Amino acid sequence: MGSDNNFKSGSNLEKVLSAGHFAFTGELGPPRGGNAAEVREKAKHLVGMVDAVNITDNQTAMVRMSSWAAGLLVIEEGLEPNYQMVCRDRNRLAMQADILGAYALGIRNILCLSGDHQKFGDHPQAKGVFDIDSMQLINMIKNMRDEGRFLGGDEIDEPPKMFIGAACNPFAQPHEWRLHRLAKKVAAGVDFVQTQCIYNMERFREFVKGAVDMGLTDKCYLLAGVTPMKSVGMARYMANKVPGMDVPDEIIGRLKGAPKGKKAAEGIKIACEQIEEFKQMEGVAGVHLMAIEWEHKVPEIAQQAQVLPRPEV
Amino acid sequence: MIVGKRKPFEEIKDLIGPFDKVLNVGCGTCVAVCLVGGEKEVDVLSAEIDMARRLDEKPIEIDSITVERQCDREYLEALDDKVEGYDALLTMACGAGVQFLAERYPDKPVLPMVDTTFIGVNQDVGWYEERCRSCSSCVLGVTGGVCPVTMCAKSLYNGPCGGTNHGKCEISDDQDCAWHLIYERLANQGRLDNIIAFTPAREHENQVPRTTIQPGYRKPESKQ
Repeated sequence: MGSDNNFKSGSNLEKVLSAGHFAFTGELGPPRGGNAAEVREKAKHLVGMVDAVNITDNQTAMVRMSSWAAGLLVIEEGLEPNYQMVCRDRNRLAMQADILGAYALGIRNILCLSGDHQKFGDHPQAKGVFDIDSMQLINMIKNMRDEGRFLGGDEIDEPPKMFIGAACNPFAQPHEWRLHRLAKKVAAGVDFVQTQCIYNMERFREFVKGAVDMGLTDKCYLLAGVTPMKSVGMARYMANKVPGMDVPDEIIGRLKGAPKGKKAAEGIKIACEQIEEFKQMEGVAGVHLMAIEWEHKVPEIAQQAQVLPRPEV
Repeated sequence: MIVGKRKPFEEIKDLIGPFDKVLNVGCGTCVAVCLVGGEKEVDVLSAEIDMARRLDEKPIEIDSITVERQCDREYLEALDDKVEGYDALLTMACGAGVQFLAERYPDKPVLPMVDTTFIGVNQDVGWYEERCRSCSSCVLGVTGGVCPVTMCAKSLYNGPCGGTNHGKCEISDDQDCAWHLIYERLANQGRLDNIIAFTPAREHENQVPRTTIQPGYRKPESKQ
């Protein structure tokens, strides 16, 4: 592995985090079709703006271009993908096969998720696989990487060196259980977590303090999830319709109070204020920016949040 | 018990379309308790079929009988001298009963009138809810008596997922989050240690047809 010897994967994201830089990751949703140009176009906005970009995996249970394939297109554009994999659509054989293939083609970060229930998507009658859960997926990849073993126990010829990520929702209930669940992910072998979109800062501060006190942030990197609100309608939708989301009235109030035509700007302003606080917050290693269908706005947000230029590692 | 629901009548009509003389066989155990395939339901369905076929000017000869259990040879035996002369057998048993009947009379078309839905409980007369997926490796002793395989929409062993929503599941406000219930029950019993450790990937045992032989018993063919 040469100079990458000390790294688990040698991914850019891993290097940025291990060097102690404040990481900044983005998100890119593959198209509902085979349109490679669309992926490239979205990626262009993110080059130089983020350390890695999450490529979502059939998000909201809608069929899209596969995450690893879109990830390869993104690599060609000069971006590092964070390959999202959900447990809903594949069993352990398919997952391990895809992980090997993704690694062979240059993907070095993977994010392990349960996946939204198929009921929400465009194939509500599909059989949800859930052969293993997200926690077990983390552990499976860790053993593939560190022990060089498949889940079934056989040896792997050239183990996949992946930087292993997961999601973390500090706002879902029961709140008291959330830190223990993060601890389980750490025990399973996660290297970094990206949180659900944060709006309730008070709750988040409390959560991170708990994670620091339990020593969890020494064992994995915690990236704070940020999604700028585009409108009052979006804020209301997030507050009322998205499970596990906690949007305080104060956020909706600020957006309402912003002049017409300036709602999105206010949303970005709120996000940047959050990012400023995260930079100082003990236990927070970076920010994961989920600018949903707003990839072209990322340069502006990154600029305003003063996270540029991205470190060269 | 095993719970079922009657198939849509149009589907039943299609299934029995080619036949002119049928025997409708009920089952007196689970499906009788959940009001789908016992003696009363057999009579009702037979009458409906009779009437529908008359309206279609394609009359059918239909007789009815209910046995105690279609999943038991001892009770199926009672049908041996009755099935002769029928073009087909209709059955209102669960899927297990349907197959046992078909196995006993392999020359007869055997047609299910019921969709088997789940292993469940009786919440009230006519109201049943699923509780068990017969996974072959019960974890209820660890999870506070709430089944993560059946009651969690993603069958997670390390829940709750991020979709848990104020005690409800992301799929519906009418569906409790199983892992929320597990947490609350174990917290109440002071047994949260049960779920604090990571649960590794399970060996799914219900992926092939299963056979259980109790200690002290042997298959008849191996008795000699």
